[in-house]
Order: sequence, then structure tokens, then C-alpha cells
Amino acid sequence: MASAVTYTAEWPVLVSIIFSPPQNYPLYIRSVPTENELKFHYTVHTSLDVVDEKISAMGKALVDQRELYLGLLYPTEDYKVYGYVTNSKVKFVMVVDSSNTALRDNEIRSMFRKLHNSYTDIMCNPFYNPGDRIHSRAFDNMVNSMMMQVC
Amino acid sequence: GWMNKHLNLVPALVVVFYELDWDEPQWKEKQSECATRVEIVRQSLQGRNTKVAVVLIQKKTPLPPGEDVIASERAAALCNACDLSGKSLFVLPHTDHLVGYIIRLENAFYEHAQTYYYTEIRRVKSHKEFLNKTTHQLLFVRHQFKIAFFSELKQDTQNALKNYRTAYNLVHELRAHETNMLEIKTMAGFINYKVTSLKGPFYIAFGDLFDEAIKLGLTAIQTQNPGFYYQQAAYYAQERKQLASMLCNHDSSVIYPNPDPLETQTGVLDFYGQRPWRQGILSFDLSDPEKEKMGILSLQLKEKNVLHSELIITLLSNAVAQFKKYKCPRMKSHLMVQMGEEYYYAKDYAKALKLLDYVMCEYRSEGWCTLLTSILTTALKCSYLMAQLKDYITYSLELLGRASTLKEDQKSRIEKNLIKVLMNESPDPEPDCDTAAVKASQKLWADRVSLAGSNVFTIEVQDFIPFVQCKAKFLAPSFHVDVPVQFDVYLRADCPHPIRFSKLCISFNNQDYNQYCVVEEAYQKSDILEQSSQGTMCLVPGKTRKFTFKFVAKTEDVGKKIEITSVDLILGSESGRCVILNWRGGGGDAASSQEALQAARSFRRRPKLPDNEVHWDSLTIQASTMIISRVPNISVQLRHEPPALTNEMYCLIVTVQSHEDTVAKDVKLTAGLKPGQDANLTQKTQVTLHGTDACDESFPALLPDIPVGDLQPGEKLEKPIYIRCGTVGARMFLVYVSYLIDTIVEGKEILCKCHRDETVTIETVFPFDVAVKFVSTKLEHLDRVFADIPFLLMTDILSASPWPLTIVTTQLQLSPSMTPVDQLESYVENVVLQTGESASECFCLRCPPVTNASGVATGCYIISWKRSSPVESVPVVSTVITLPHVIVESIPLHVNADLPSFGRVRESLPVRYHLQNKTDLVQDVEVSVEPSDAFMFSGLKQIRLRILPGTQQEMLYNFYPLMAGYQQLPSLHVNLLRFPNFTNQLLRRFIPTHIFVKVRLGMTEDNSIMS
Repeated sequence: MASAVTYTAEWPVLVSIIFSPPQNYPLYIRSVPTENELKFHYTVHTSLDVVDEKISAMGKALVDQRELYLGLLYPTEDYKVYGYVTNSKVKFVMVVDSSNTALRDNEIRSMFRKLHNSYTDIMCNPFYNPGDRIHSRAFDNMVNSMMMQVC
Repeated sequence: GWMNKHLNLVPALVVVFYELDWDEPQWKEKQSECATRVEIVRQSLQGRNTKVAVVLIQKKTPLPPGEDVIASERAAALCNACDLSGKSLFVLPHTDHLVGYIIRLENAFYEHAQTYYYTEIRRVKSHKEFLNKTTHQLLFVRHQFKIAFFSELKQDTQNALKNYRTAYNLVHELRAHETNMLEIKTMAGFINYKVTSLKGPFYIAFGDLFDEAIKLGLTAIQTQNPGFYYQQAAYYAQERKQLASMLCNHDSSVIYPNPDPLETQTGVLDFYGQRPWRQGILSFDLSDPEKEKMGILSLQLKEKNVLHSELIITLLSNAVAQFKKYKCPRMKSHLMVQMGEEYYYAKDYAKALKLLDYVMCEYRSEGWCTLLTSILTTALKCSYLMAQLKDYITYSLELLGRASTLKEDQKSRIEKNLIKVLMNESPDPEPDCDTAAVKASQKLWADRVSLAGSNVFTIEVQDFIPFVQCKAKFLAPSFHVDVPVQFDVYLRADCPHPIRFSKLCISFNNQDYNQYCVVEEAYQKSDILEQSSQGTMCLVPGKTRKFTFKFVAKTEDVGKKIEITSVDLILGSESGRCVILNWRGGGGDAASSQEALQAARSFRRRPKLPDNEVHWDSLTIQASTMIISRVPNISVQLRHEPPALTNEMYCLIVTVQSHEDTVAKDVKLTAGLKPGQDANLTQKTQVTLHGTDACDESFPALLPDIPVGDLQPGEKLEKPIYIRCGTVGARMFLVYVSYLIDTIVEGKEILCKCHRDETVTIETVFPFDVAVKFVSTKLEHLDRVFADIPFLLMTDILSASPWPLTIVTTQLQLSPSMTPVDQLESYVENVVLQTGESASECFCLRCPPVTNASGVATGCYIISWKRSSPVESVPVVSTVITLPHVIVESIPLHVNADLPSFGRVRESLPVRYHLQNKTDLVQDVEVSVEPSDAFMFSGLKQIRLRILPGTQQEMLYNFYPLMAGYQQLPSLHVNLLRFPNFTNQLLRRFIPTHIFVKVRLGMTEDNSIMS
């Protein structure tokens, strides 16, 4: 009965990496806790609208100096969605609980950097084929430790 | 009770309207009358905190405050009399600006009302502060709720929500013992309902407001648009629905209680959910449990009648419209999925299916498998409940496929259902479906089963990801027509259980081949073979099946492309239900192109498989092949002597030899200039089979399809082709031999057309260079000639050909302005010139005086020549060389000498000079002779004479040579008095300056005399 009213869904953090267009499918998606996964997926998927819009707004000029961190994509009552896009248009999306006030913009930004570095490591692996789903223990561990830090 | 009281009974503000002007003559009386009225109102309020305000309706426009002294005085007095604060006294002038005043009044009243509720809240709060959490829990909740309620009345939704939430949390803390369980539940439900139904409309209202604002010019952005509010409202509506369904899940036998406990005296309830039978009861003990039960039941039944889904769908579709406007395609899709699901809950399966089907492809194309699977699952339920066979099969196919993230047991269940459907049986119901709906659908399915006909479904698979994958591959990009065309069709199933199919057939762009490429269940032909067919007609999950097909291409398809237009896999049988999976082209579905790309990029080493198995990823589709003609088994050789010479009949000997085992029939030869070169070449090239006579411009550049007859095995055929090239340069020539031959392919006799072609590039060069020059009779170079004075034309033919040339003859054709001095006969007839050799000729000509100063045409020089070859029949080529123009000049006096070709020492040498006057004037001429050491001479040494026009004067001299050798003659000097330009230098051109003097016969005698 009481659980029926969930003003704030309990989702401390969600991390996902989405492949570059035109495919836009998730290379990696992980959330804590794992229930209600479908909703998480929808949230990440819908946030791509905003990412697309932000990328197109930035235009093609000054690709080198471009800020990869897109900032807060859109706030809702329950959670905040942050985005980050690499130069090859691989998108990172992070969803954190709105009530988590400990996370400032700077922390989010550094978390994205960390993610990006780990992703780069994966790409450097000659046996990794760009576009394949990420199955890497090292990457999992990194995401785990990041999530631990947030929760 | 108290809610109704505060909503409808207890006012927050009472306003007394009274007609009174400031300059009222009977002010005192009126003032007291007004005060009495206020007092009456006060008394009727019985000490409630209700605010009282007085409005004076005046007929005159008031002066600005502070200027009207009487007014302010009287106002203060009135306030005093009525016991009012100055703020509660208003004036409403009954003048032009009535509406404006009314609005101002309204705002003022609103403020007052708010203050009232504020004080009420404070009052409740102060009450609450006295309370103790342990003893007054119920009151605590009540007070909290009251605060929230007042906030709501105060139109302070933010605070109202906050307080409702706190109240909700307090309910949580209540001790849950049996007697009050129900009360707590209803209370919680009530608060909950209150929050959701309050929040929902709030968001709708906000959404509407936002939308209005945008229409009025506010610019919204993607992340801030009314859609979000509609969406949020929809969420709350969904929550409300969930609560309702949880609380109101009575079975249909429960009837609405009678008498209606919700019936009140007024007939209207304050608001939805109010319980009029519980007024003023504060304890946990239920005074009348039966009544309570009935009341709750009726409430619940009422809630049940609300069409939640409809509300939600309306809100969602509002949101969809907004998100569409603000470029959020994915958000839109998401909302449409939710709408679809809501329709599903509302049992409007057709609409649900339509919506879900609409968005499915977007999730599919973006590769979000989890989301796709969830949508498909709902869609499958819908199609099951509607007994939509084709949809049901399609969704099953995809849910069994590799894009589905369903668990194995789920897939297994779906596959079993699919097999049932194929057997023309009803499938098991999908889990989590409404039981009533399932019952209805089972009836529909039963109808479908009994219904005969329309049991064949063609499903085009390229738009989704079915569980059978297909790749067709021709073994080669091209096949010779005398070799059977071979291709493989690979099939692979991703479902959990093996699946049988009844037929596999392939369609081509040329439908004649379709009949050869069918795999069918063998038992239709003979029952004995059933055993072996079991294996072939079954797809085992995870294993790639290969089917090899072979057919003989038609000869008319040579040079054409054979394309697989579709691959059809038939599941089920015609006796039950038949599903045709149709792959357009050589297979592949919505996901396979991306998979192929990934596979191509991958460096991953694939594990080794047994010989007869292949890796699915390593297979590529090859849906078309070319049919090319049979490899010719003849040789074509070209023999010739390059380079070709301009305009000659160049001989190219084509030798065709057959190496076939059978007769090559209908051999045809095409020879000539290869098409596609410079268009000018076509005009300047002629080809003929007859080399004996020269051809002209009318001959073609290419001789097509010269019939040569049949060629027996091993037979050799020679054919000379003559080519005439009118210009120099390189040309490509084509020799193309085609023939027909019978061959046997796969026991089938076909007539093949074979051909072999050879191309050769032939350079054409000039056979010779001809140089022409004009010289004087003294062989001195002339840049111009003198009228009537003979000159020489010298031609020089320099052979440039690498092959010996025979000059058959030459001919000089003079123009009318030129006259030959003597016979013009050729001196180089039948001369053979080797490379680099030259042949020269010399003709003596004369040109009569002309008026044209620019030049006179000389004529042309025709050289008839041929290659010096042993073949007699080589035709002679005539090359015409146009001679240059020459400038003709006239001179006043022409002098020519008449003297022997040589002299002898001490023998008289008579010399006669002829001086011809070429002008129309009488010429005064001074002639003198200068002596030379080698000669003595007799004659006039110096003379002055006149020559009449057109006549000539003869001067005779006798020279007597003294020395032998090439000696200088005594030089003649002529001076024309009228023409000072006529110099001796010009004269030197006409008369010899030297002569060869031979020794005298019997020289020894002379020598002795000399000595």
C-alpha cells in the first residue's frame, strides 16, 4: 500500500554509454538498484532527445575546443539526467536521484571524465570492436567504484 | 464535517455593502445604520475569526486621498462606529470605471480571505504544539491535515502539498492495531488520493497555462515545455488508478449499497471522497461499523466507475503533441508506448496495437532491445486477446528472435504457442492477462480454428528481426553459360526449440528459374522418403543450415544479371496454417546490415568448426550473379606490318583457328575501327575486304558480321582485311569472331554463342616528306620569280616509311598561270626508296607577268606509290601535294647570255648578250664590260644605247680564254638611267659570271710555245 506512492524512485545512480549515431544503441547500461530497469532504459533513451538537440545547437564549428560535458540535460521531480558526448559522438548519460544534493556539477563532470578515460582504454583494446556491447571486468569495476562513491 | 463547514458554511470574509456618499447630508443617521448592520453580521458569526469588511457604494467620483478632508474624517468616524480597521473599509464609486474598481476590490477581499486562513492555520498550529506525539497521534494527523486543507483553501498549493505529505508520513507512524487499521487505511488512502488528485489537476492546470502562455508569445525550450506537465499529470493519474484498482477490486457481484450512504441533505458532497456519515467522530472506535463499511464500499464503487485510462490517455496525448512540437522524438515514442499500454489496460487492444506498432520500429532501428522486447510483449498480449493471427505470429517471430531479451523459458513458451498456431490450434493465453478478456479471446481463437480458408500468411521480414535468419549467396559473381549456376541458402534459427518448415523456395528476376530452386517436404511425393526428409526440413537452434541449389542458365540470359528477388520459407503446412516468411533479395532483416558491419570490422578469431559448418557472421549475402558467355575455344591471330602509311590499303590478315571438339557453326567476323574512339577517325578510316582496288570515303569504318561459314575442329581460316587510314595517328582496331556451338551442361543440350575478340592499335604515318623549292636557272634559291623569266621547280621526296616504297610515277599538274619550258616528264618512275632515301626532280617553268602581287598558284604534284611488296595486287596510291604559291615580280630589263657550256684555252669563245626591254618605255642603257685577267676579249667595251619597248638588243663579244680552269668572265655592267634600282647584283642572277675553260687539244705543243 505504502509502496504504491513513490514520489522519489529509489535510484541512486545509473550509468550508460550510447553508441554514436545513426545507431544510438546502448553499449553499456547499468543501474543500482536493478529493479525497475525498464523505466531506467526509457529515461536514458528519452534523454537522447536533449543530447541530440544540444549537439546540434553547438554546431560544427570549434570542434576541438568543444566542451564534452553537456551538463544537466533535464531535471524532473525525481531525478537528474546528465550528459556527456565525445568527439566521435559517443554519448554518456548519468542519472542520479534529485535528492542527492551532495553531487555538484564538478563531481559529475569528473565522473564523466573517469568514464571517458575508461571507455578510451576499452577502445584501445585491439580485440574490442567499436560498436560491440562492452563486456569488460575492468570497466565494471570502475563503474562499481564510482557508484559506491555516489551512493 | 469540518471540511464542509469550512468550505461552504464558515466564510472567511463577510462584506457589507452600503450606499453612502461622503457628502451625505444625513451622515450621522446613515453612519449609525451602517454600524448596526455590521453589528448584526458580527453577532451572526458567533465569535468566529471571520473578517468583516464594509464597502460604501458612492455615486460620486472620490477625490484623491488626503485632499478630501471631510471624507477622511468621516471615514475614520465610520471605522470607529463599526469597530473596523481602516483597511477593511472600501469605497466603490458607481461611475465609469466600475469594472476596474471591482477588480481592485476582489483582490483586496482575496487578501483578507488569505489572512483569515493564515490565522486559522496558525491557530491549528498552536493547537498542535500543545499536542504530544504519543498520546495524541490521531489529532496530530488531523491537525496536519487541517493545515494542509487550509493551505489549499488559501490557494497555496505548494504548502498544501507539503503539509499533506507530512500528514501522510504521520499516518505511517500511527500504531497499527486492529481496531483502527481500517481507519488508518482509509485515512492514508484519503490523503494519498488527495495528493494525487490534487497534483494531477495542478500539473494539468500548469500545463494548460504554459501552453496558453506560449500561444501568447512565450518561447518554450525543449527541456521546459508543457509536455512535461501533462506527462507528470498523467503519472499522477496513473498512480490514482493504481490506488483505485488496489482499493476497489471487488468482484462484480457487489452491488451499490442502498440507501446511498453518500446521500446528504443537500444532495451534494463537498468534494469527492468525503464521508458524510462520519461527522465529528474523533475516536478510533467505529460508532457504526456497518455503515462505515457500506460507505467505503460505495465510495470505492464510485471510484471504480471513473474511466482512469481515458483520463490518462487524454493527458498523454496532450503531452505527445507537446513533445512533438519541441523536437523530442524519443520522448514522444516513450509516451506513445505508455498510451498504448494504457489502451491495453482500457481493453482497447486495437488502438493499443496501432500505437505500439507505430513506435516499435524506432526502438528497433536504434537497437534498444530491452525496450523493444517490452513493447513486443505488450503487443503480443494485445494480438492474443484480439486473436489477430498475423500480428500474433509476427510478434512471436520477433520475440523469439535474437533482438529479444526474453528469458529462455518465456521464449520456449512463445515458441510452443507459435507451433500450436501453425497446427491450427489455439495458443495458450499470455500471462498477466485479464481473465475475462482471456475468456473472450479463447472464444475468438476457437472461431479462428473452425474457420477454414485464409490460413496462409505472408510476412515480410525485412522490417523486423525474426527468429529465422537467412542469407543467400551465389558461389561466384559470374557464371559461364555452359556451367551450372550454383548458390547456397543459409538458414539459422534463434528460437529455443528446433523448428520444422515445409518448404523453401527462391524467386529470381527471371521467374523461369524459380522451379529449380525449391526444397519441399518429400512425403508429398513419396511416403518412403519421409525418414530422410525429417532431417533436412528442420532447423536446429544455433546451427547454420546450408541448402545448395544448382540450375542451368538460359542462353538468352547471357550478359544479364540473375538476381534473387526473394527467399520464402514456409512454416506450417497447408493443412493447418501456413506462414510464409518472405525475405526480399538475398535475405537479411532489420538488424543484419549492422551485424554485417560489426562482423566485417571485427578482428576476433573465430573458433574452428567442423568442415561442414560455417560461422554465420562470416557469411555475406551475394544476391546476384552475371551470366557470361561460354569461354571460346578458338584462337584469333592478327598478322600485319605496322605502321600503316597514310591512305594506303593496309593489309591485316586475320587467322582464326578452331580448337573446339565439335563444329563451330555460323562463324562471323566483325572487323574494323573499334567503336567509341574519336568521331573524326570514323570518317578518316575505311575498311574493306577487297584490297585490289582503292576504296573511297563511302566505305564503312567497321565491317560487322561477315559470314565466314562453319569451322571444323582444328580448321584454320585466313581472312585479309584492308584498312585505309586517311590521317596519321594511332587507331584501335577490333577483330571480333563469334560462332555458335552445341554443348551439354548437366545432361542438357544448349546452343552457346561464343566469341573472342582481339584489339590492335595501329599507328599511321606519312609515307614520305615532300619538299618543294624554286630556284633560278643558275640553281640559286629564289624567294620570288620574275615574270617571263624561266625558273626551276625542284621536288624532293624523302621516304619516311620503315618499309621500302616504290614510286610508280609522278606527275606535275601546273596551274593555268604557269607554263612549262620543256617537257614535263617524270624522272623518278619505278624508283624504290629505302627508309631515309630521297628522290628529287626538277622542272623548268616560266610564269607570264601577272598583276596579282600576292602570289600565283603553281599547281600540284601527284606521286603514285605503293609499298614495295612481293604481292602484286597491292594497289597504287596517289598522293597529291599542293605546290606552294609563288610571288611573281616583273623587271624592266632582262639580260640573258648565250654562251657555250665551256671554253678552251686560246680558242675564241663567242658570247652573245640579249638585252630585252620589258617595259613600255624607251630605255636608255649604258653597257660596259670590265676586263678579266683570264680573258682577252673583243667587242664594245662601253656603249650607250636605246632599246625600244618590247624589243631586244643583241651584243656580241668574243672572249679569248688565256687560262684553264674555272675562270671569271669579263663582267657585264648594265646601267638603266630610268631605273636606278636595277643593279648589277640583280643582273648577276641572269648571266653567268664564271665559265670552265678547258685546256687546248694538243696541250704539250702549246706549252712548248708558251715556254
